[in-house]
Amino acid sequence: MALSNIWVFAETNQAGEASNATLELLTKANTLGGTVTAFVNGTAGDAAAAFADHGAAKIYETGDLSGALPGAAVSAAMKAVIDGGDSPDLVMFPQNYEGRDVMARLSVKLDRTVLTNSVDISVDGDAVNVTTPIFGGAKMVTSTFTGEMPFLAAFRPKSFEPAGGAGAAGDVSAAPVPDLGATGGATVNAVHVEETSGPKLDEAAVVVGGGRGLGEAEKFDMVETLAKLLKGAPGASRAIVDAGWVPYSYQVGQTGKVVKPTVYIAAGISGATQHMVGMKGSKNIIAINKDKEAPIFGVADLGIVGDVHKVMPQLIAALEARS
Amino acid sequence: MDPMNVIVCVKQIPDPALPGELDPSTNTLKRDGKLILDESDSYGVEMALQLVNTAGEGAVTLVSMAPNDEVSGLRTALAMGAEKAVLVSDPTLAGADALTTAKVLAGAVGKAGDYDLIIAGTESSDGYTGTVPEQIAEVLGLPSVTFAKTIVVDGATVKVERQTESGYDEVTCPTPAVVSVTAGVVEPRYPSFKGIMAAKSKPVETATAADLGIESVSWAQSITGVEDAPAREAGEIIEDDGETFNKIVEFLDNLKVI
Repeated sequence: MALSNIWVFAETNQAGEASNATLELLTKANTLGGTVTAFVNGTAGDAAAAFADHGAAKIYETGDLSGALPGAAVSAAMKAVIDGGDSPDLVMFPQNYEGRDVMARLSVKLDRTVLTNSVDISVDGDAVNVTTPIFGGAKMVTSTFTGEMPFLAAFRPKSFEPAGGAGAAGDVSAAPVPDLGATGGATVNAVHVEETSGPKLDEAAVVVGGGRGLGEAEKFDMVETLAKLLKGAPGASRAIVDAGWVPYSYQVGQTGKVVKPTVYIAAGISGATQHMVGMKGSKNIIAINKDKEAPIFGVADLGIVGDVHKVMPQLIAALEARS
Repeated sequence: MDPMNVIVCVKQIPDPALPGELDPSTNTLKRDGKLILDESDSYGVEMALQLVNTAGEGAVTLVSMAPNDEVSGLRTALAMGAEKAVLVSDPTLAGADALTTAKVLAGAVGKAGDYDLIIAGTESSDGYTGTVPEQIAEVLGLPSVTFAKTIVVDGATVKVERQTESGYDEVTCPTPAVVSVTAGVVEPRYPSFKGIMAAKSKPVETATAADLGIESVSWAQSITGVEDAPAREAGEIIEDDGETFNKIVEFLDNLKVI
Protein backbone atom coordinates (compact mmCIF):
# COMPACT_ATOMS: atom_id res chain seq x y z
CA MET A 1 0.00 0.00 0.00
CA ALA A 2 1.48 3.28 -1.07
CA LEU A 3 -0.16 5.31 1.68
CA SER A 4 -0.55 3.66 5.06
CA ASN A 5 -0.81 6.76 7.28
CA ILE A 6 -2.72 9.83 6.07
CA TRP A 7 -3.28 13.04 8.00
CA VAL A 8 -5.93 15.62 7.30
CA PHE A 9 -5.61 19.19 8.62
CA ALA A 10 -8.92 19.57 10.45
CA GLU A 11 -10.88 22.63 11.50
CA THR A 12 -14.12 23.49 13.24
CA ASN A 13 -16.33 26.46 12.45
CA GLN A 14 -17.40 29.19 14.87
CA ALA A 15 -20.26 26.97 16.09
CA GLY A 16 -17.78 24.21 16.95
CA GLU A 17 -18.95 21.97 14.10
CA ALA A 18 -16.58 20.14 11.76
CA SER A 19 -15.86 22.30 8.71
CA ASN A 20 -17.15 21.03 5.37
CA ALA A 21 -13.66 21.18 3.88
CA THR A 22 -12.38 18.87 6.63
CA LEU A 23 -15.16 16.33 6.11
CA GLU A 24 -14.55 16.35 2.32
CA LEU A 25 -10.86 15.59 2.82
CA LEU A 26 -11.44 12.93 5.49
CA THR A 27 -13.90 11.17 3.17
CA LYS A 28 -11.38 11.17 0.31
CA ALA A 29 -8.50 10.12 2.59
CA ASN A 30 -10.58 7.17 3.73
CA THR A 31 -10.69 5.82 0.15
CA LEU A 32 -6.90 5.89 -0.30
CA GLY A 33 -6.12 3.01 2.07
CA GLY A 34 -4.38 3.11 5.43
CA THR A 35 -5.15 4.87 8.66
CA VAL A 36 -6.70 8.34 8.59
CA THR A 37 -5.89 10.91 11.26
CA ALA A 38 -7.56 14.30 11.75
CA PHE A 39 -5.06 16.87 13.02
CA VAL A 40 -7.17 19.57 14.59
CA ASN A 41 -6.32 23.26 14.64
CA GLY A 42 -7.64 23.92 18.16
CA THR A 43 -9.94 21.55 20.01
CA ALA A 44 -12.05 18.79 18.43
CA GLY A 45 -14.85 18.97 21.00
CA ASP A 46 -18.21 17.86 19.63
CA ALA A 47 -16.78 17.72 16.10
CA ALA A 48 -14.78 14.61 17.04
CA ALA A 49 -17.84 12.43 16.32
CA ALA A 50 -18.17 13.87 12.79
CA PHE A 51 -14.45 13.43 12.14
CA ALA A 52 -14.72 9.76 13.17
CA ASP A 53 -17.89 9.27 11.15
CA HIS A 54 -16.01 10.50 8.06
CA GLY A 55 -13.07 8.17 8.59
CA ALA A 56 -10.74 9.54 11.28
CA ALA A 57 -9.39 6.64 13.32
CA LYS A 58 -7.20 9.03 15.28
CA ILE A 59 -7.58 12.68 16.20
CA TYR A 60 -4.75 14.94 17.33
CA GLU A 61 -5.70 18.29 18.79
CA THR A 62 -3.41 21.23 19.47
CA GLY A 63 -5.75 22.75 22.04
CA ASP A 64 -6.70 26.42 22.13
CA LEU A 65 -4.11 28.60 20.37
CA SER A 66 -5.04 31.70 22.43
CA GLY A 67 -5.36 33.87 19.34
CA ALA A 68 -2.09 32.80 17.70
CA LEU A 69 -2.31 32.48 13.93
CA PRO A 70 -2.23 28.75 13.17
CA GLY A 71 0.55 28.72 10.53
CA ALA A 72 3.48 28.58 12.92
CA ALA A 73 1.62 26.94 15.81
CA VAL A 74 -0.06 23.96 14.13
CA SER A 75 2.90 23.17 11.88
CA ALA A 76 5.15 23.06 14.97
CA ALA A 77 2.70 20.74 16.72
CA MET A 78 2.67 18.48 13.64
CA LYS A 79 6.45 18.47 13.49
CA ALA A 80 6.62 17.49 17.17
CA VAL A 81 4.34 14.48 16.60
CA ILE A 82 6.38 13.47 13.54
CA ASP A 83 9.61 13.74 15.51
CA GLY A 84 7.95 11.62 18.19
CA GLY A 85 7.66 8.73 15.73
CA ASP A 86 4.18 9.02 14.16
CA SER A 87 5.11 10.17 10.66
CA PRO A 88 2.41 10.41 7.98
CA ASP A 89 2.89 9.41 4.33
CA LEU A 90 0.58 12.18 3.15
CA VAL A 91 -0.84 15.31 4.77
CA MET A 92 -3.95 16.75 3.08
CA PHE A 93 -4.87 20.41 3.57
CA PRO A 94 -7.87 22.44 2.45
CA GLN A 95 -6.87 25.24 0.04
CA ASN A 96 -7.93 27.97 2.44
CA TYR A 97 -6.10 30.56 4.52
CA GLU A 98 -5.24 28.42 7.49
CA GLY A 99 -4.54 25.29 5.45
CA ARG A 100 -2.10 27.11 3.19
CA ASP A 101 -0.24 28.74 6.07
CA VAL A 102 0.18 25.53 8.06
CA MET A 103 1.25 23.59 4.97
CA ALA A 104 3.78 26.28 3.99
CA ARG A 105 5.46 26.25 7.40
CA LEU A 106 5.44 22.45 7.56
CA SER A 107 7.01 22.17 4.11
CA VAL A 108 10.05 24.12 5.34
CA LYS A 109 10.28 22.18 8.61
CA LEU A 110 10.23 18.86 6.72
CA ASP A 111 12.00 20.13 3.56
CA ARG A 112 9.21 18.79 1.36
CA THR A 113 7.59 20.23 -1.75
CA VAL A 114 3.91 21.24 -1.77
CA LEU A 115 1.27 20.64 -4.43
CA THR A 116 -1.53 23.16 -4.21
CA ASN A 117 -4.88 24.00 -5.83
CA SER A 118 -5.53 20.31 -6.43
CA VAL A 119 -8.93 18.82 -7.16
CA ASP A 120 -8.14 15.10 -7.05
CA ILE A 121 -5.64 12.54 -5.78
CA SER A 122 -5.07 8.94 -6.76
CA VAL A 123 -2.72 6.12 -5.89
CA ASP A 124 -1.37 4.02 -8.75
CA GLY A 125 0.97 1.32 -7.45
CA ASP A 126 3.73 3.27 -5.72
CA ALA A 127 2.88 6.54 -7.47
CA VAL A 128 0.79 9.19 -5.72
CA ASN A 129 -0.75 11.51 -8.31
CA VAL A 130 -2.44 14.83 -7.76
CA THR A 131 -4.61 16.59 -10.35
CA THR A 132 -4.65 20.37 -10.69
CA PRO A 133 -6.61 22.50 -13.14
CA ILE A 134 -4.68 25.25 -14.94
CA PHE A 135 -5.63 28.05 -17.35
CA GLY A 136 -8.95 28.50 -15.59
CA GLY A 137 -9.72 24.80 -15.71
CA ALA A 138 -9.17 24.39 -19.45
CA LYS A 139 -6.43 21.84 -18.84
CA MET A 140 -5.85 19.31 -16.08
CA VAL A 141 -2.26 18.67 -14.98
CA THR A 142 -1.28 15.47 -13.20
CA SER A 143 1.74 15.73 -10.92
CA THR A 144 3.48 12.82 -9.22
CA PHE A 145 5.40 13.12 -5.95
CA THR A 146 8.97 11.96 -6.58
CA GLY A 147 10.67 12.68 -3.25
CA GLU A 148 10.43 11.26 0.22
CA MET A 149 7.28 11.16 2.34
CA PRO A 150 5.44 12.85 3.92
CA PHE A 151 3.81 14.29 0.80
CA LEU A 152 2.01 17.61 1.28
CA ALA A 153 -0.98 18.58 -0.85
CA ALA A 154 -3.76 21.18 -0.68
CA PHE A 155 -7.18 20.67 -2.25
CA ARG A 156 -9.78 23.17 -3.32
CA PRO A 157 -13.02 23.19 -1.34
CA LYS A 158 -15.81 21.06 -2.85
CA SER A 159 -13.39 18.78 -4.69
CA PHE A 160 -14.87 15.75 -2.92
CA GLU A 161 -18.34 14.83 -1.64
CA PRO A 162 -18.35 14.32 2.12
CA ALA A 163 -19.85 10.97 3.20
CA GLY A 164 -20.41 9.80 6.76
CA GLY A 165 -20.95 6.30 8.05
CA ALA A 166 -17.27 5.32 8.20
CA GLY A 167 -17.61 4.39 11.86
CA ALA A 168 -13.91 4.97 12.62
CA ALA A 169 -12.70 5.09 16.21
CA GLY A 170 -11.77 8.77 16.44
CA ASP A 171 -9.43 8.33 19.40
CA VAL A 172 -8.43 11.78 20.61
CA SER A 173 -4.95 12.62 21.84
CA ALA A 174 -3.17 15.88 22.56
CA ALA A 175 -0.58 17.37 20.21
CA PRO A 176 0.58 20.41 22.16
CA VAL A 177 2.25 23.36 20.47
CA PRO A 178 5.94 23.57 21.40
CA ASP A 179 7.71 26.87 22.13
CA LEU A 180 7.59 28.84 18.87
CA GLY A 181 10.22 31.46 19.63
CA ALA A 182 10.00 34.46 17.29
CA THR A 183 7.83 32.65 14.74
CA GLY A 184 4.80 32.65 17.03
CA GLY A 185 4.53 36.44 17.35
CA ALA A 186 1.34 37.08 15.36
CA THR A 187 -1.78 37.34 17.53
CA VAL A 188 -5.44 37.95 16.66
CA ASN A 189 -6.92 40.71 18.85
CA ALA A 190 -10.36 41.14 17.31
CA VAL A 191 -12.58 39.30 14.83
CA HIS A 192 -14.89 41.11 12.38
CA VAL A 193 -17.62 39.25 10.50
CA GLU A 194 -18.94 40.74 7.23
CA GLU A 195 -21.34 37.96 6.27
CA THR A 196 -24.58 39.11 4.70
CA SER A 197 -27.99 37.88 5.73
CA GLY A 198 -29.52 35.04 3.70
CA PRO A 199 -27.82 31.82 2.64
CA LYS A 200 -24.04 31.56 2.74
CA LEU A 201 -22.28 32.17 -0.54
CA ASP A 202 -20.68 28.74 -0.72
CA GLU A 203 -23.86 26.90 0.31
CA ALA A 204 -26.58 28.78 -1.61
CA ALA A 205 -28.57 27.00 -4.33
CA VAL A 206 -28.54 30.19 -6.40
CA VAL A 207 -25.64 32.61 -6.68
CA VAL A 208 -25.83 35.92 -8.54
CA GLY A 209 -22.36 37.24 -9.32
CA GLY A 210 -21.68 40.84 -10.28
CA GLY A 211 -18.68 42.15 -12.20
CA ARG A 212 -17.10 45.23 -13.68
CA GLY A 213 -19.81 45.37 -16.37
CA LEU A 214 -22.16 46.76 -13.72
CA GLY A 215 -20.32 50.02 -14.27
CA GLU A 216 -20.43 51.43 -10.74
CA ALA A 217 -20.68 50.28 -7.12
CA GLU A 218 -24.29 51.44 -6.67
CA LYS A 219 -25.44 49.08 -9.43
CA PHE A 220 -24.47 46.11 -7.25
CA ASP A 221 -27.88 46.69 -5.64
CA MET A 222 -29.37 44.89 -8.68
CA VAL A 223 -27.27 41.83 -7.84
CA GLU A 224 -28.38 41.92 -4.20
CA THR A 225 -32.04 42.33 -5.19
CA LEU A 226 -31.98 39.49 -7.70
CA ALA A 227 -30.18 37.21 -5.24
CA LYS A 228 -32.79 37.96 -2.59
CA LEU A 229 -35.68 37.27 -4.99
CA LEU A 230 -34.14 33.89 -5.82
CA LYS A 231 -33.37 33.14 -2.15
CA GLY A 232 -29.74 33.03 -3.19
CA ALA A 233 -26.50 34.75 -2.29
CA PRO A 234 -24.76 37.66 -4.01
CA GLY A 235 -21.21 37.12 -5.20
CA ALA A 236 -18.60 39.19 -6.98
CA SER A 237 -15.65 39.04 -9.33
CA ARG A 238 -12.22 39.96 -8.04
CA ALA A 239 -12.24 43.10 -10.17
CA ILE A 240 -15.03 44.75 -8.19
CA VAL A 241 -13.76 43.49 -4.84
CA ASP A 242 -10.38 45.03 -5.67
CA ALA A 243 -12.19 48.21 -6.68
CA GLY A 244 -13.74 48.32 -3.21
CA TRP A 245 -17.39 47.97 -4.31
CA VAL A 246 -18.09 44.99 -2.05
CA PRO A 247 -16.18 43.24 0.75
CA TYR A 248 -13.77 40.44 0.03
CA SER A 249 -16.15 37.90 1.61
CA TYR A 250 -18.26 38.22 -1.59
CA GLN A 251 -15.46 37.15 -3.90
CA VAL A 252 -15.94 34.07 -6.08
CA GLY A 253 -12.85 32.66 -7.73
CA GLN A 254 -9.28 31.55 -7.38
CA THR A 255 -8.56 33.76 -4.39
CA GLY A 256 -12.15 33.81 -3.17
CA LYS A 257 -14.77 31.15 -2.61
CA VAL A 258 -15.54 28.13 -4.75
CA VAL A 259 -19.28 27.85 -5.45
CA LYS A 260 -21.22 25.02 -7.07
CA PRO A 261 -24.85 26.16 -6.91
CA THR A 262 -27.78 24.83 -8.94
CA VAL A 263 -27.74 28.11 -10.85
CA TYR A 264 -25.03 30.73 -11.18
CA ILE A 265 -26.05 34.00 -12.80
CA ALA A 266 -23.07 36.05 -14.02
CA ALA A 267 -24.07 39.70 -14.44
CA GLY A 268 -21.52 41.87 -16.19
CA ILE A 269 -18.74 39.35 -15.59
CA SER A 270 -16.42 38.69 -18.53
CA GLY A 271 -15.10 35.39 -17.16
CA ALA A 272 -11.45 35.93 -16.29
CA THR A 273 -9.56 32.74 -15.41
CA GLN A 274 -9.43 33.92 -11.81
CA HIS A 275 -13.23 33.96 -11.63
CA MET A 276 -14.02 30.89 -13.73
CA VAL A 277 -12.19 28.45 -11.45
CA GLY A 278 -14.52 29.51 -8.65
CA MET A 279 -17.83 28.97 -10.45
CA LYS A 280 -17.27 26.64 -13.40
CA GLY A 281 -18.55 23.70 -11.38
CA SER A 282 -22.03 25.25 -11.09
CA LYS A 283 -24.74 22.94 -12.38
CA ASN A 284 -26.26 25.65 -14.58
CA ILE A 285 -24.76 28.95 -15.66
CA ILE A 286 -26.60 31.99 -17.00
CA ALA A 287 -24.48 34.88 -18.29
CA ILE A 288 -25.49 38.42 -19.16
CA ASN A 289 -22.75 40.45 -20.83
CA LYS A 290 -22.65 42.96 -23.63
CA ASP A 291 -19.46 41.57 -25.19
CA LYS A 292 -20.36 38.48 -27.20
CA GLU A 293 -16.69 37.43 -27.23
CA ALA A 294 -16.55 37.33 -23.39
CA PRO A 295 -15.11 34.00 -22.17
CA ILE A 296 -18.04 33.57 -19.76
CA PHE A 297 -20.23 32.60 -22.75
CA GLY A 298 -17.97 29.59 -23.29
CA VAL A 299 -19.31 28.01 -20.09
CA ALA A 300 -22.85 29.45 -20.11
CA ASP A 301 -25.90 27.23 -20.58
CA LEU A 302 -27.90 30.35 -21.33
CA GLY A 303 -26.05 33.43 -22.53
CA ILE A 304 -27.69 36.80 -23.08
CA VAL A 305 -25.60 39.19 -25.17
CA GLY A 306 -27.00 42.43 -23.87
CA ASP A 307 -26.77 45.29 -21.42
CA VAL A 308 -27.04 44.23 -17.76
CA HIS A 309 -28.58 47.63 -17.02
CA LYS A 310 -31.53 46.72 -19.24
CA VAL A 311 -31.85 42.96 -18.75
CA MET A 312 -31.43 42.88 -14.95
CA PRO A 313 -34.21 45.39 -14.13
CA GLN A 314 -36.56 43.58 -16.53
CA LEU A 315 -35.71 40.24 -14.94
CA ILE A 316 -36.15 41.65 -11.42
CA ALA A 317 -39.53 43.19 -12.37
CA ALA A 318 -40.71 39.91 -13.93
CA LEU A 319 -39.75 37.93 -10.82
CA GLU A 320 -41.32 40.50 -8.50
CA ALA A 321 -44.55 40.25 -10.51
CA ARG A 322 -44.63 36.50 -9.90
CA SER A 323 -44.05 36.63 -6.14
CA MET B 1 10.09 58.39 13.92
CA ASP B 2 12.50 55.57 13.26
CA PRO B 3 13.44 54.81 9.67
CA MET B 4 11.36 52.14 8.00
CA ASN B 5 13.07 49.65 5.72
CA VAL B 6 10.90 47.32 3.73
CA ILE B 7 11.86 44.46 1.47
CA VAL B 8 9.28 43.57 -1.16
CA CYS B 9 9.31 40.20 -2.92
CA VAL B 10 8.24 40.69 -6.52
CA LYS B 11 7.74 38.36 -9.44
CA GLN B 12 8.12 39.10 -13.11
CA ILE B 13 5.58 37.16 -15.14
CA PRO B 14 4.49 36.82 -18.78
CA ASP B 15 1.81 39.37 -19.67
CA PRO B 16 -1.44 37.80 -18.37
CA ALA B 17 -3.30 39.47 -21.26
CA LEU B 18 -1.59 36.96 -23.56
CA PRO B 19 -2.79 33.34 -23.51
CA GLY B 20 -0.67 31.09 -21.29
CA GLU B 21 1.30 28.25 -22.82
CA LEU B 22 3.10 25.20 -21.50
CA ASP B 23 6.59 24.30 -22.67
CA PRO B 24 5.95 20.97 -24.46
CA SER B 25 9.25 19.45 -23.27
CA THR B 26 8.92 20.23 -19.54
CA ASN B 27 5.19 20.90 -19.12
CA THR B 28 6.04 23.99 -17.08
CA LEU B 29 4.62 27.41 -17.86
CA LYS B 30 6.47 29.21 -20.66
CA ARG B 31 8.12 32.30 -19.22
CA ASP B 32 10.58 33.12 -22.00
CA GLY B 33 9.06 36.24 -23.54
CA LYS B 34 9.07 39.76 -22.15
CA LEU B 35 8.20 39.73 -18.46
CA ILE B 36 6.20 42.36 -16.59
CA LEU B 37 5.72 43.14 -12.91
CA ASP B 38 2.99 40.86 -11.53
CA GLU B 39 0.05 43.14 -10.81
CA SER B 40 -0.53 41.40 -7.46
CA ASP B 41 2.97 42.52 -6.42
CA SER B 42 2.33 46.15 -7.35
CA TYR B 43 0.07 46.41 -4.28
CA GLY B 44 2.90 45.27 -2.03
CA VAL B 45 5.27 47.79 -3.61
CA GLU B 46 2.70 50.56 -3.09
CA MET B 47 2.08 49.60 0.55
CA ALA B 48 5.83 49.51 1.21
CA LEU B 49 6.34 52.94 -0.36
CA GLN B 50 3.52 54.34 1.77
CA LEU B 51 4.99 52.85 4.97
CA VAL B 52 8.40 54.38 4.22
CA ASN B 53 6.73 57.68 3.39
CA THR B 54 4.83 57.66 6.69
CA ALA B 55 8.03 56.96 8.62
CA GLY B 56 9.73 59.79 6.72
CA GLU B 57 12.95 57.85 6.37
CA GLY B 58 14.00 54.46 5.02
CA ALA B 59 13.93 52.58 1.75
CA VAL B 60 12.12 49.92 -0.25
CA THR B 61 14.32 47.14 -1.60
CA LEU B 62 13.08 44.55 -4.09
CA VAL B 63 14.03 40.89 -4.14
CA SER B 64 13.16 38.69 -7.09
CA MET B 65 14.04 35.46 -8.81
CA ALA B 66 14.24 34.73 -12.53
CA PRO B 67 15.64 32.00 -14.76
CA ASN B 68 17.31 34.69 -16.90
CA ASP B 69 18.55 38.27 -16.52
CA GLU B 70 15.13 39.76 -17.22
CA VAL B 71 14.69 43.07 -15.34
CA SER B 72 11.85 44.90 -17.14
CA GLY B 73 9.36 44.10 -14.38
CA LEU B 74 11.84 45.17 -11.70
CA ARG B 75 12.37 48.49 -13.50
CA THR B 76 8.63 49.15 -13.21
CA ALA B 77 8.78 48.73 -9.42
CA LEU B 78 11.96 50.84 -9.25
CA ALA B 79 10.19 53.51 -11.28
CA MET B 80 7.37 53.47 -8.73
CA GLY B 81 9.92 54.43 -6.09
CA ALA B 82 11.83 51.39 -4.83
CA GLU B 83 15.49 52.21 -4.23
CA LYS B 84 17.31 49.06 -5.30
CA ALA B 85 16.84 45.41 -6.17
CA VAL B 86 18.47 42.03 -5.67
CA LEU B 87 17.76 39.62 -8.52
CA VAL B 88 18.64 35.95 -8.23
CA SER B 89 19.10 34.97 -11.83
CA ASP B 90 19.93 31.39 -12.63
CA PRO B 91 18.82 29.06 -15.46
CA THR B 92 18.73 26.14 -12.98
CA LEU B 93 15.79 27.90 -11.30
CA ALA B 94 13.47 27.56 -14.31
CA GLY B 95 10.33 25.79 -13.11
CA ALA B 96 11.42 25.93 -9.44
CA ASP B 97 8.82 24.81 -6.89
CA ALA B 98 7.51 27.08 -4.14
CA LEU B 99 9.88 25.77 -1.47
CA THR B 100 12.94 26.35 -3.66
CA THR B 101 11.63 29.80 -4.53
CA ALA B 102 11.24 30.61 -0.83
CA LYS B 103 14.77 29.46 -0.04
CA VAL B 104 16.17 31.55 -2.90
CA LEU B 105 14.22 34.67 -1.91
CA ALA B 106 15.20 34.21 1.75
CA GLY B 107 18.80 34.10 0.53
CA ALA B 108 18.26 37.27 -1.48
CA VAL B 109 16.83 38.97 1.63
CA GLY B 110 20.21 38.30 3.25
CA LYS B 111 21.86 40.45 0.56
CA ALA B 112 19.30 43.25 0.78
CA GLY B 113 20.42 44.85 4.05
CA ASP B 114 18.53 45.63 7.27
CA TYR B 115 14.76 45.48 7.24
CA ASP B 116 11.73 45.92 9.47
CA LEU B 117 9.25 44.18 7.22
CA ILE B 118 9.22 41.81 4.29
CA ILE B 119 6.13 42.26 2.13
CA ALA B 120 4.96 39.83 -0.55
CA GLY B 121 1.85 39.36 -2.62
CA THR B 122 -0.58 36.67 -1.49
CA GLU B 123 -0.01 34.61 -4.60
CA SER B 124 1.38 35.17 -8.08
CA SER B 125 -0.96 35.61 -11.01
CA ASP B 126 0.70 32.86 -13.06
CA GLY B 127 1.59 30.13 -10.58
CA TYR B 128 -0.66 30.95 -7.60
CA THR B 129 0.78 28.39 -5.20
CA GLY B 130 0.26 30.94 -2.44
CA THR B 131 2.70 29.46 0.05
CA VAL B 132 5.92 31.36 -0.67
CA PRO B 133 5.52 34.26 1.84
CA GLU B 134 4.84 31.91 4.75
CA GLN B 135 7.69 29.62 3.62
CA ILE B 136 10.10 32.59 3.52
CA ALA B 137 9.07 33.45 7.09
CA GLU B 138 9.79 29.90 8.23
CA VAL B 139 13.17 29.80 6.46
CA LEU B 140 14.14 33.07 8.16
CA GLY B 141 12.62 32.12 11.54
CA LEU B 142 10.25 35.12 11.48
CA PRO B 143 6.61 35.60 12.49
CA SER B 144 4.18 36.24 9.68
CA VAL B 145 0.75 37.57 8.89
CA THR B 146 -0.85 36.46 5.65
CA PHE B 147 -3.69 38.04 3.61
CA ALA B 148 -3.21 41.56 4.97
CA LYS B 149 -5.49 44.25 3.58
CA THR B 150 -4.03 47.07 5.65
CA ILE B 151 -0.68 47.48 7.41
CA VAL B 152 0.18 50.03 10.08
CA VAL B 153 3.58 50.07 11.79
CA ASP B 154 3.66 51.29 15.38
CA GLY B 155 7.17 51.19 16.83
CA ALA B 156 8.35 47.58 16.78
CA THR B 157 4.84 46.24 16.16
CA VAL B 158 2.95 45.82 12.93
CA LYS B 159 -0.84 45.98 13.03
CA VAL B 160 -2.65 44.21 10.23
CA GLU B 161 -6.22 43.74 9.12
CA ARG B 162 -6.12 40.15 7.90
CA GLN B 163 -8.82 38.89 5.54
CA THR B 164 -10.72 35.80 6.59
CA GLU B 165 -13.43 33.68 4.95
CA SER B 166 -16.12 35.70 6.70
CA GLY B 167 -14.60 39.16 7.19
CA TYR B 168 -11.31 40.20 8.74
CA ASP B 169 -9.24 39.86 11.91
CA GLU B 170 -7.15 42.50 13.64
CA VAL B 171 -3.71 40.99 14.11
CA THR B 172 -0.60 42.37 15.81
CA CYS B 173 2.89 41.07 15.28
CA PRO B 174 6.38 42.15 16.40
CA THR B 175 8.84 43.23 13.70
CA PRO B 176 10.79 42.07 11.82
CA ALA B 177 8.01 40.05 10.21
CA VAL B 178 6.76 38.79 6.87
CA VAL B 179 3.40 40.16 5.73
CA SER B 180 1.58 38.96 2.61
CA VAL B 181 -0.84 41.47 1.14
CA THR B 182 -4.00 41.07 -0.91
CA ALA B 183 -4.80 43.26 -3.85
CA GLY B 184 -7.02 46.22 -3.92
CA VAL B 185 -6.88 48.20 -0.74
CA VAL B 186 -4.25 50.55 -2.08
CA GLU B 187 -4.10 51.99 -5.56
CA PRO B 188 -0.65 51.26 -7.03
CA ARG B 189 0.84 54.48 -8.37
CA TYR B 190 1.76 54.85 -12.01
CA PRO B 191 5.47 55.48 -12.48
CA SER B 192 6.12 59.11 -13.41
CA PHE B 193 8.35 60.01 -16.33
CA LYS B 194 10.96 61.16 -13.82
CA GLY B 195 10.59 57.86 -11.98
CA ILE B 196 11.06 55.87 -15.17
CA MET B 197 14.21 57.80 -16.05
CA ALA B 198 15.60 57.45 -12.51
CA ALA B 199 14.86 53.70 -12.47
CA LYS B 200 17.26 53.10 -15.34
CA SER B 201 20.23 53.91 -13.12
CA LYS B 202 19.03 52.36 -9.85
CA PRO B 203 21.19 49.45 -8.67
CA VAL B 204 20.11 45.88 -9.45
CA GLU B 205 22.46 43.41 -7.82
CA THR B 206 22.40 39.96 -9.41
CA ALA B 207 23.33 36.65 -7.81
CA THR B 208 23.13 32.97 -8.71
CA ALA B 209 21.64 30.23 -6.54
CA ALA B 210 25.18 29.07 -5.77
CA ASP B 211 26.13 32.60 -4.62
CA LEU B 212 23.42 32.25 -1.96
CA GLY B 213 24.79 28.91 -0.82
CA ILE B 214 21.93 27.01 -2.42
CA GLU B 215 23.82 24.10 -3.90
CA SER B 216 21.57 21.48 -5.38
CA VAL B 217 18.45 22.87 -6.96
CA SER B 218 15.83 20.17 -7.42
CA TRP B 219 12.25 19.59 -6.44
CA ALA B 220 10.33 16.48 -5.53
CA GLN B 221 7.48 16.61 -8.01
CA SER B 222 7.17 15.86 -11.68
CA ILE B 223 4.38 16.56 -14.11
CA THR B 224 3.23 13.24 -15.54
CA GLY B 225 0.27 14.26 -17.64
CA VAL B 226 -1.58 17.20 -19.15
CA GLU B 227 -5.08 16.72 -20.53
CA ASP B 228 -7.82 18.96 -21.77
CA ALA B 229 -10.54 19.24 -19.15
CA PRO B 230 -13.93 17.93 -20.23
CA ALA B 231 -15.59 20.91 -21.90
CA ARG B 232 -19.04 22.08 -20.89
CA GLU B 233 -21.55 21.57 -23.65
CA ALA B 234 -22.16 24.75 -25.56
CA GLY B 235 -25.27 26.53 -24.37
CA GLU B 236 -27.73 28.80 -26.06
CA ILE B 237 -26.31 32.27 -26.70
CA ILE B 238 -28.83 34.92 -27.77
CA GLU B 239 -28.69 38.63 -28.53
CA ASP B 240 -30.92 40.70 -26.27
CA ASP B 241 -33.94 42.08 -28.11
CA GLY B 242 -35.65 43.50 -25.03
CA GLU B 243 -37.48 40.23 -24.32
CA THR B 244 -34.65 37.86 -23.41
CA PHE B 245 -35.35 38.27 -19.69
CA ASN B 246 -38.27 35.93 -20.37
CA LYS B 247 -35.79 33.26 -21.45
CA ILE B 248 -34.06 33.59 -18.09
CA VAL B 249 -37.37 33.32 -16.22
CA GLU B 250 -38.23 30.23 -18.25
CA PHE B 251 -34.81 28.72 -17.58
CA LEU B 252 -35.16 29.31 -13.83
CA ASP B 253 -38.69 27.94 -13.92
CA ASN B 254 -37.53 24.71 -15.55
CA LEU B 255 -34.95 24.28 -12.80
CA LYS B 256 -37.66 24.81 -10.15
CA VAL B 257 -35.66 27.52 -8.40
CA ILE B 258 -38.62 29.92 -8.67
